[in-house]
This record gives sequence, structure tokens and C-alpha cells, in this order.
Amino acid sequence: MAPAWAELAARDRTALIPYLTAGYPSLDASLAALRAAEEVCDILEVGVPFSDPLADGPTIQRSTFEALRRGMTLAGTLALIERARLTKPVVVFSYLNPILHYGVERFLGEAAALGVAGLLLTDLPAGGDPSVESLVRASPLDLIRLVAPTTRPERMTAALEGAEGFVYLIARLGVTGASAALAEGLEQSIARVRRATRLPVAVGFGISTPGQARAVAAQADGVVVGSALVDVLGTGGVDAAHAFLSSLREALDHRMATA
Amino acid sequence: MVIAPSSERAVAGRFGPYGGRYVPETLVAALDDLAALYDAARDDAAFWSELESLLAEFVGRPTPLSEAPRLGAETGATVVLKREDLNHTGAHKINNTIGQALLALRMGKRRIIAETGAGQHGVATATVCARFGLECVVYMGAEDVARQKLNVYRMQLLGATVVPVESGTRTLKDATNEALRDWVANVPTTHYIIGSVVGPDPFPRMVRDFQSVIGREARAQLLARYGRLPHTVVACVGGGSNAMGIFAGFLDDPAVRLVGVEAAGEGISTGHHSATLSAGTPGVLHGSMSYLLQDADGQVMPAHSVSAGLDYPGVGPEHSQLRDSGRVRYESATDAEALDAFQAVCRLEGIIPALETAHAFAWVRREAGRWPAGAIVLVCLSGRGDKDVAHVAALLGDPV
Repeated sequence: MAPAWAELAARDRTALIPYLTAGYPSLDASLAALRAAEEVCDILEVGVPFSDPLADGPTIQRSTFEALRRGMTLAGTLALIERARLTKPVVVFSYLNPILHYGVERFLGEAAALGVAGLLLTDLPAGGDPSVESLVRASPLDLIRLVAPTTRPERMTAALEGAEGFVYLIARLGVTGASAALAEGLEQSIARVRRATRLPVAVGFGISTPGQARAVAAQADGVVVGSALVDVLGTGGVDAAHAFLSSLREALDHRMATA
Repeated sequence: MVIAPSSERAVAGRFGPYGGRYVPETLVAALDDLAALYDAARDDAAFWSELESLLAEFVGRPTPLSEAPRLGAETGATVVLKREDLNHTGAHKINNTIGQALLALRMGKRRIIAETGAGQHGVATATVCARFGLECVVYMGAEDVARQKLNVYRMQLLGATVVPVESGTRTLKDATNEALRDWVANVPTTHYIIGSVVGPDPFPRMVRDFQSVIGREARAQLLARYGRLPHTVVACVGGGSNAMGIFAGFLDDPAVRLVGVEAAGEGISTGHHSATLSAGTPGVLHGSMSYLLQDADGQVMPAHSVSAGLDYPGVGPEHSQLRDSGRVRYESATDAEALDAFQAVCRLEGIIPALETAHAFAWVRREAGRWPAGAIVLVCLSGRGDKDVAHVAALLGDPV
């Protein structure tokens, strides 16, 4: 997805990266939400529901269990992406087991054929399974790495070796979920990541308001919004989700107008 | 005597293809720290002698071996029981919680979290936290909280906070997810005492080492009393910590047959069971690669067993390796067989075993008449069954 980031940089535009759980709140609404999100966003994260979402807070858990109850699967997620015919880069966001069970190579082949741009594996830290990691790197999909506030300087370089696409910086300790205040020390965290990589840096976990998005955008190349969006989608539907993302988009554009 | 275990470390945190560290990046630093600390403690005689004193003075080790003459007469073997039910808190779980609490103290972490199914590991964790003055939070599936009120109250008496987990299947699997979520959020101040030989490295090898006192003691006691090794060692397997603990003493004795007994629930063919090694396939859950009960989409399936301690869709990664190598044979026993065995052991031996342990007895009884002359069968009596009495009474149609 390097060309997409280059274009964003040329326009001095902060990437808005929504996370949506595939199949939530229903198959059709999920499809409509992806299309609506594409209108105002730059890269789309599509979450594969998994029975044991141990890195997720209550909102994403609920969306996951509801999607599973309605029959969503990994194959269903790929079919959803195919049906959506999105023009913006898509990153598949998954726990490892559904992909292992499906077959890593089979998944990568099918996802690449659909034009999926990247893969982010929540429970596969860098070096956690070299055979899986090298398969992803050898595929057309970018291997997106997560970096946490607890990632030590000596690990940072190793963790980002072979990272592709962009770096996803977890803003704070804890699972996914909206929070009232942004984590302290975010500026320093971003600076630490930048020292270790030339890849764009997107920040996620806990960003839920236009004000927070704008504050993060002052330092990061991209802003990920997940739980807050899933919450709005679940309670207010696709129109409300679109309006919420538009308010974030405006806040990010406003940053540039005043910068 | 220093009891430092002699077993090998897992290579790069793996047992063949199993094990590893499949966790969010946030936890990697804490696992690095824990592994380094444990590797140092492993070579530190002072650590093991402190542990041994606590096991002797607080837990009541060594636990005795009891011959089970009437069960032996019924099955045609010399049946010998390793009495982990006589440990303080009534099960083998405390062997591990004491060891990990000592490590937490060395790390300066004064907040402890744990997951629990039936509540035995929760009670063992709450007990050591009280003993060492540590804060204790126990995650327990909401289903299990309702089914195991006595253990919930026990933990509260011991000063622990019990958090009912409402997500997913509301049982042990989801309690483990919730404990991991807590750990991700509080890792600088908190140690997670995992209750079995599961989870990311170094937990499976560390918990095995802490439980290996069972097998070491039993081997020495058998040799002293009978002058020979057992024909077969039997233990029940859920996550598999009591089994790894007793097997560890005999892995290097190739003539000793090792048998793990899983919970077949309502029968493996019904799909309602917890027989992970008998009917599962490899996958990733709770931080490690191991056999797993999963559906065609790689979603983890709900497990079932009459015994809450075996009601888990995963299993320790070392068991997966031992299954593949054939060193350990994994069998299973149904709910009905376990209930029969539970009652038989009560009446024949004057011991109320845990329902978990009853699965191991069920297999020994099924093998009746097939034992060679003079064979010693060593059974790990992993816990006492007082916790199960009300449940069993209800199942037998005679609620107390």
C-alpha cells in the first residue's frame, strides 16, 4: 500500500483508518458500512470475528460474537470484501487461528486475488512464528506490525524488521476500546517508532472523538478508529457511522488548515 | 534437599511444533522478563529451598502414597495413589501457585490475577496471596460462579476479588481471555498466575517444573516401598498440570507406561466433550500452539465435561508433543464412567476424589483384568471431591 501512503503524504493528509467487524451488525449493514466508510477514509481494516478475542474490549467482543452468531466466517469475510469492491486499500485484521485453520497460503492467495493490501495478526508478535511471517512477507499482502507502549528500544528494531505497509502503534496499555483521555507519553512513543522505521505510523486504541483524532494527527500519519465506530454503527446504523467518520475527517482536515 | 527440577527447558519456548508465544505485542516484554527471571531462579538453589520449606510447612508435602487394596482387588493390579488431595486447599494446584507467587515477589509485582474454572486454582491462588500479602483478582466464568458458590465464597474469605465473566461461553475459556485482557492493561504491576501447563512460554514449562514435585516424590516413594517402578502411571488431563507433574518423574523411564485420561463428556461422537488430544486438531489458543477443539472455520468450540476442571477446549503444548511422539497414551472416560468411578472410589477406598480425578479411575477400572501379574498402577489423585458433592448429589437425583 506504499502508493496510497505516498499520495497521502503528497496531499499532507492524515490517513483515517476505520476498523469494522465483518458481518456486524448484519451482513448487509456491514457491506453498507464499508462502502460508507470508504467515502471519507483512506485505508479500511476489516476484522475477522474470532471466538476468543483476548485483545479486544467489550465493544469489539460484542460485535464479534454477534457476527459469529449470524454465521460470519473467514471465507465469509473474504466474500464480503469481494462483494464490496472497495477502491481504498483493505487490511484484514485477524487472530491467527482462523487463518491457520483455513491454511495460511490458501488465505494469502485468495486475499491477494481480491486485492487485499495487508494483514494484521493481533496475536502474532514479531518473531512469534517465523514460518507464518515469511509466508506473509513473500505474498503481495503487507505484513502490518503492532508496536506497544511496552515494546522496549532493544526490541523495537527487531519488531519492525520486515514490517510492511505501516506501523500500528498501540496508544496505551490495554485492550481495544474507547477511552476518555489519550495516553500520556504518546508523543515520545511515536518518536521512538520513527527512530526505528521509515514506514508511516498509525495510532489506534482508545481514539473516539474528533478532538482526540486531531491531537493524534498532529504527530502521526494515520489515525485508527475501531470501538467507537463499531459502537456508533451498532446503535445508530450506517448513516450514523458515516456521520461519525465525517466528523473525524473534518477534524483531521482542520488540523491541516490550521497547521 | 534441593528439589530443582532436572527436566530440560523447552527449546526456544517450544515443544516440537507446539507452544510458543502467540500473544499481543503488549505482553512480549513481560514474558521476556518472566522467562529471564525464571531461568535465573531455576539455577538458584536458594529459590528452590525456599519453595521446599513452604511446601513442607504450609502445604504439607511430601504427600503420602496410599495403596488402594479394594480397588486393586477389583481391577487385578496393585493400585497406588499419589495423594495430592491431601495438600493444603485440597488439590495439586497450590504446588504451582506458591512457586509463581515467589517469582512475583522477586519481580516486585504485588498484584496477582488468575483464571479459574471450578475454583480450585482460584482458591489456591487466593490462599498464597493471603499468605504473602498480595492483592488477588480471580476471573471466573459467570456460569461457574453460579455453579461453584462455595469456592467463590472461599476465595472471598481469603481476601480475593472474584470477577464473574459474562462474555462468550461464560466458562473457563472466557475467564482466561478476561485474565489475559487484565494482564495486557496492567502488566507493569501485575503477575498472571496461570493455573495449568498452558499459555505462552514460559508458563507451560514453568508450571510443569512446579508440579514435577509430584512425580519426583512418587518415584522415590515407590522405589522405597516396592523396590520397583510402576507398570503404568495414570492421570486425568484437562489443561494437564497434574498429569505433567506426575509424568515428569517417569518420562526418562521408558519401561513405565504413561496414560492421560481426558473427559469424553457425553461421548466423543456426540461432540459434547473435552477430549482435546483424542478428537482435536492443532491450533492457537491462549498464547500457544497445541491441540484444540475447533470447528471448520477455526473457531474454538465449547467444551463439555461433568467436571469443571476438565471443561476446557485446549491442552498444554507439551502434552501435544507427547501425544505425537507416542510417549504418552491419551485415553478418555465419559461423564457416566467418571460418576461411577467417583462412587466406587468413595465406597471401596474411603476417599472422595475430585470428579476430575475420577476420570483417571474410570480408565483404570475399564482396564480391569488386563494387568500383568504384579503390575503397579500409580494414579495421581489430583484433588479431593468435597467441592463436587452437591453437584454429584444433584446428578444422581438426590440433591442435598
